[in-house]
Amino acid sequence: MNITLKVWRQNGADDKGRIVEYKMSDISPDMSFLEMMDVLNEELITKGDDPVAFDHDCREGICGMCSMYINGEPHGPEDLITTCQLHMRSFKDGDTIYVEPFRAAAFPVIKDLVVDRTAFDAIIQVGGYVSVNTSGNTQDANSLPVPKADADKAFDAATCIGCGACVATCKNSSAMLFTAAKISHLALLPQGKVEAQERALNMVEKMDELGFGNCTNTGDCEVQCPKGISLENIALMNREFLGASLKSEK
Amino acid sequence: MSNSAGLFSSSLGRKYLMALTGLFLCSFLVIHLIGNVALFTDPVQFNEYTRFMSSNPLIRIMEIVLVVGFLTHIIDAILLTKANKAAQPVKYAMDKKKSTWYSRNMGLTGTIILVFLIIHLQSFWYGYKFGVIEMAEDSSGAAIKDMYTMVLAAFSQWWYAAIYVVGMILLGTHLSHGFQSAFQSMGLRHKKYTPTIQKVGTAFALAMTLGFISFPIYFYIIQL
Ligand code: HEM
Ligand code: SF4
Ligand code: FES
Repeated sequence: MNITLKVWRQNGADDKGRIVEYKMSDISPDMSFLEMMDVLNEELITKGDDPVAFDHDCREGICGMCSMYINGEPHGPEDLITTCQLHMRSFKDGDTIYVEPFRAAAFPVIKDLVVDRTAFDAIIQVGGYVSVNTSGNTQDANSLPVPKADADKAFDAATCIGCGACVATCKNSSAMLFTAAKISHLALLPQGKVEAQERALNMVEKMDELGFGNCTNTGDCEVQCPKGISLENIALMNREFLGASLKSEK
Repeated sequence: MSNSAGLFSSSLGRKYLMALTGLFLCSFLVIHLIGNVALFTDPVQFNEYTRFMSSNPLIRIMEIVLVVGFLTHIIDAILLTKANKAAQPVKYAMDKKKSTWYSRNMGLTGTIILVFLIIHLQSFWYGYKFGVIEMAEDSSGAAIKDMYTMVLAAFSQWWYAAIYVVGMILLGTHLSHGFQSAFQSMGLRHKKYTPTIQKVGTAFALAMTLGFISFPIYFYIIQL
């Protein structure tokens, strides 16, 4: 396949950045998108040019590291996959493909296609966990009954890999889908209920503080999420937060 | 904000407020539409209805609540939209959104509704209260402000009627997204009921648009 790439190049946070065009030939349709990017970088290095910086790690859709806004969509045109799971057969011979970094004030560009997503870690750090003492006496898992429906919903929410596609596609760069997935994942389980109130308050407060936008319920995040995290989680977060705000005595 | 006092300065708190005021404004639309049906009856009845609306103390109180509702909705809209624009400062060179146009342009449709509202209030509310207005007779023969003739005169101008048609279509797009969105903002989402709420939202938007458009069109046509 012959492909024309229009790649965002930016040399550090202070650089203005620009789109640079690259012509690629002899691309196999069986290559993954990242392999195609590897080929591009080999060519650039051979020519003595600076390779395109992009994030990746597991290359099997579980770590959430790979990003990229490919032809106007985070993780490219296919549904329910990450960029590392995208293959060149999803494109046609002769296509022009735009490759841009995830855009959000809270995700500043480090270089080229690499953005800083530590803002997500900061949200997790204020409540995306359960405080349990893990030393020694682990209790039997079955001693805490969880209704099947709740377990299913919590599991669905737990599949969020923190990739940031929801923020990237949102016209408001809102982190609500991510934050809601974490809040409802834990609020639905008995171990997480204990801290549910503080969790909802602290995580939402942190999310606002970091400069993510508000939710306008357009639903773009749900469509683009590689794990199919549902807007139902945002509704659950909205309920949790309202209840917590009214009950909290802090 | 980790306390209840700060609720409405948080992103979610502002959304609750947006949803509550939005639905309150929806209820106002229903009342306003039902009241306007008096325009289709006869001039005397409509003028009496207008007099009742502008003099009844309970309605005066509701008018103040309505103004507060509108102002809250508008100020909250400005705060939210400003924060949203700041959160996404760099646009993509290529962007394919899957959401509806009207869900992404609530600020734009809202602003046009606001412009419409100012024109509407200037013509009818200000005109009725402070403008020069002809007098007619009510059913007992006493003098009454002739609002009916004022409405008739306004809509005999094609461009004035057109402003209403455009304004109401944009109100319809605002509501197509807004009505169901308000339920989601308040956390009211349910696998079984949400599809119904969404259908009711679309029907509501359509009913309001067609309902309100019927007045300018009717009055324009009968005067041709
Ligand atoms: C009769 C008039 C109006 C009605 C019935 C109405 C109704 C609504 C409803 C139901 C919502 C959804 C709330 C939510 O998503 O939770 C909404 C959202 C919104 N309205 Fe209005 N509205 C009206 C006038 C206006 C005006 C005059 C403006 C602006 C100047 C405005 C700006 C907005 C904006 C920006 C949103 C979206 C906020 C967001 O989700 O980020 N609206 N409206
Ligand atoms: S909710 Fe979906 S899109 Fe957002 S971070 Fe989690 S996995 Fe990625
Ligand atoms: S590289 Fe790990 S999800 Fe893509």
